[in-house]
Amino acid sequence: MSQQPGSAYFLVDARAREIRTTLAVIVDNEPGVLARVVGLFSGRGYNIESLTVAETDHIGHTSRITIVTSGTVEIIEQIKAQIGRLIPVHRVIDLSLDKPGIEREMALVKVAGSGDKRVEALRVSEAFRARVIDTTHSSFVFEITGAPEKIDAFVDLMKPLGLVEVSRTGVVAISRGAEAM
Amino acid sequence: MTQEFTGAEIVIRALKEQGVEVIFGYPGGAVLPIYDALFQDDQIRHVLVRHEQGAVHAAEGYARSTGKPGVVLVTSGPGATNAVTGITDALMDSIPIIVLTGQVPTHLIGSDAFQECDTVGITRPCTKHNYLVKRAEDLARVMHEAFYVATTGRPGPVVIDIPKDVQFKKAAYTGKANVSHRTYRPQTKGDLKRIKEAVELMASARKPVFYTGGGVINAGPRASKLLRELVRLTGFPITSTLMGLGAYPASDRQWLGMLGMHGTYEANLAMHRCDVMINIGARFDDRVTGRLDAFSPSSKKIHVDIDPSSINKTVRADIAVIGDAAEVLADMIAVWKSGRKEAEPQALAQWWKQIDTWRARKSLSYKKSDTVIKPQFAIERLYTLTRGRKTFVSTEVGQHQMWAAQHFHFEEPNRWMTSGGLGTMGYGLPAAVGIQMAHPDALVIDIAGEASVQMTMQEMSTAVQYDLPIKIFILNNQYMGMVRQWQQLLHGGRYSHSYSEALPDFVRLAEAYGCVGLRASTPGELDAKIEEMISIKRPVLFDCVVDPNENCLPMIPSGKAHDEMILPDMVDAPTVSEEGKVLV
Repeated sequence: MSQQPGSAYFLVDARAREIRTTLAVIVDNEPGVLARVVGLFSGRGYNIESLTVAETDHIGHTSRITIVTSGTVEIIEQIKAQIGRLIPVHRVIDLSLDKPGIEREMALVKVAGSGDKRVEALRVSEAFRARVIDTTHSSFVFEITGAPEKIDAFVDLMKPLGLVEVSRTGVVAISRGAEAM
Repeated sequence: MTQEFTGAEIVIRALKEQGVEVIFGYPGGAVLPIYDALFQDDQIRHVLVRHEQGAVHAAEGYARSTGKPGVVLVTSGPGATNAVTGITDALMDSIPIIVLTGQVPTHLIGSDAFQECDTVGITRPCTKHNYLVKRAEDLARVMHEAFYVATTGRPGPVVIDIPKDVQFKKAAYTGKANVSHRTYRPQTKGDLKRIKEAVELMASARKPVFYTGGGVINAGPRASKLLRELVRLTGFPITSTLMGLGAYPASDRQWLGMLGMHGTYEANLAMHRCDVMINIGARFDDRVTGRLDAFSPSSKKIHVDIDPSSINKTVRADIAVIGDAAEVLADMIAVWKSGRKEAEPQALAQWWKQIDTWRARKSLSYKKSDTVIKPQFAIERLYTLTRGRKTFVSTEVGQHQMWAAQHFHFEEPNRWMTSGGLGTMGYGLPAAVGIQMAHPDALVIDIAGEASVQMTMQEMSTAVQYDLPIKIFILNNQYMGMVRQWQQLLHGGRYSHSYSEALPDFVRLAEAYGCVGLRASTPGELDAKIEEMISIKRPVLFDCVVDPNENCLPMIPSGKAHDEMILPDMVDAPTVSEEGKVLV
């Protein structure tokens, strides 16, 4: 059977064409709204790689949900349309495909150790511009901010130096330039 | 000081302000205050069903036959969970309904109280939107919002969960005019630039076809009128989905019949071979497309839909127009007329000639019999003998549903009520109750199967209580016929649990309910019995004993394309690929 452009998707090789995208979703901050968004992802079999949510307008009671997801371009278009269909959703903005955005994530990283390893952990943290926000004679808690890949790299470096625990916020993102999204 | 009302009174006031005349429901502990307010009201009629699923299907039947939203009132816990099937059905078929559910008092929520369930949690994925109202002050606003959400854009079910203490609490009433939704503004007017492109493409077509769906019905009678105008203006052939039947008159020459898995040969081949497809209010459902990668391979596709998520969901649209079917059709007609558009007449004539050769295959034909009633024959006779009357048809789900869609022909919208998306056995009987409530003088027939109808048979009792002369026309083949057919085609004729070994005597069952039972077992007696059924002004259970082994054809087997149909005159059993077997 020959492939027909402009007709139907070829369902094979879908995985090979998967991309990662970051969506910002502005919603009414009402009970259950997060469950609607998350339930839509699980119900329709979409991926969530990271999710953050907080009220960003305390007067208008709107929240901003940042979702990092992956899929083919077609699936991502469908995800945006499906989220847009939820009644309390004001807007869905694609900060990867439609508008170039910048992403940041924060992590708290606990490292325990003594001697050379402790010194090395502190040295590495300075290279990464992480801050020490808690310390004992045998441990540090570092606060690090950056793109997710930078945090991954930092955590990897801490593993042999006594990594105990990691807590990450998930990605927040905003569009570049002067304009609001 | 503004006047205050109890939550229950606010519910009733809001219903009345929204123009609600009938509600379908079942009382229980957590909705008693609303039932009390209903008792003291003499405007709204309440239909007491026998199971909450029946209430929702009745409301769907009411909604689909009138174009107005249907309203359901049920209690907490099991009342709400029993309604879930109907709510999901309404979501899949885009039917506007409001379901009011009682809830345990706010201070007991989360304590596993008696008849408590997480109604908003359970119904979140099966509603267009839902609400838990924790303050009486919010109740009027939520009621009006719910009607707005349910009926605008792509319609759907909205659940409002109301704790019992909120029903007792007093608050001020807010009128409909003072409520506007914060975020929800569905786009109804299509982008004119896209519409012009679409018309341009239509005019350049050599082998065009209209493919229309339930969206045209949902857009109201005006949309059907405009569709007829555009189709006649262009001279193009038209086919409709199961949900779209009636928007275009079945008696018209340009009508190709229903398309899809059990659609006509001419409709499916026109879809397969067309060069321009104009989809209005249909969603490329899998029952319609068959094998996606072989679906209408050489066509450019125009897709008009009010729901942006329907665009490019499974089939890519070359030109997408988001908007209400009536609005977009009106603009298309205006653009077509103002540009004096015309498709190339010779090409179109050639296309019609091709279509006529497909028509000549007579894909809906079947072997007639003098001894047993063929189910198709039964529907044909039912259609012929009810022609010219104001007839509404509902169905259950299965072979009988497809035969009804093939052999009962509709000239008007809103006359055909069936469970398309969810495929809910048990839909038709309660839907008929709702339709008859809305149209007391009309002939309302549920074309049923003996298996489906037993899923909501208890609603005969409702029909008797409210003197609703619904006609339940059961094509009794003793099998879950569609299951049996698939077992024959896919599973080597191993009929695993698809035969009902103990069926009730439907005639005596009818008598037990206090309605009328009729039976026809031979083709010779069928007409007289159907005429008797029509003449009886009471609910009737009609046991039409049909050939148990008849298959529903034509058919596109799972995993096959539109041009790989099985036709009735093909002798060999069709083959289904291994890939096809895992499909539904």
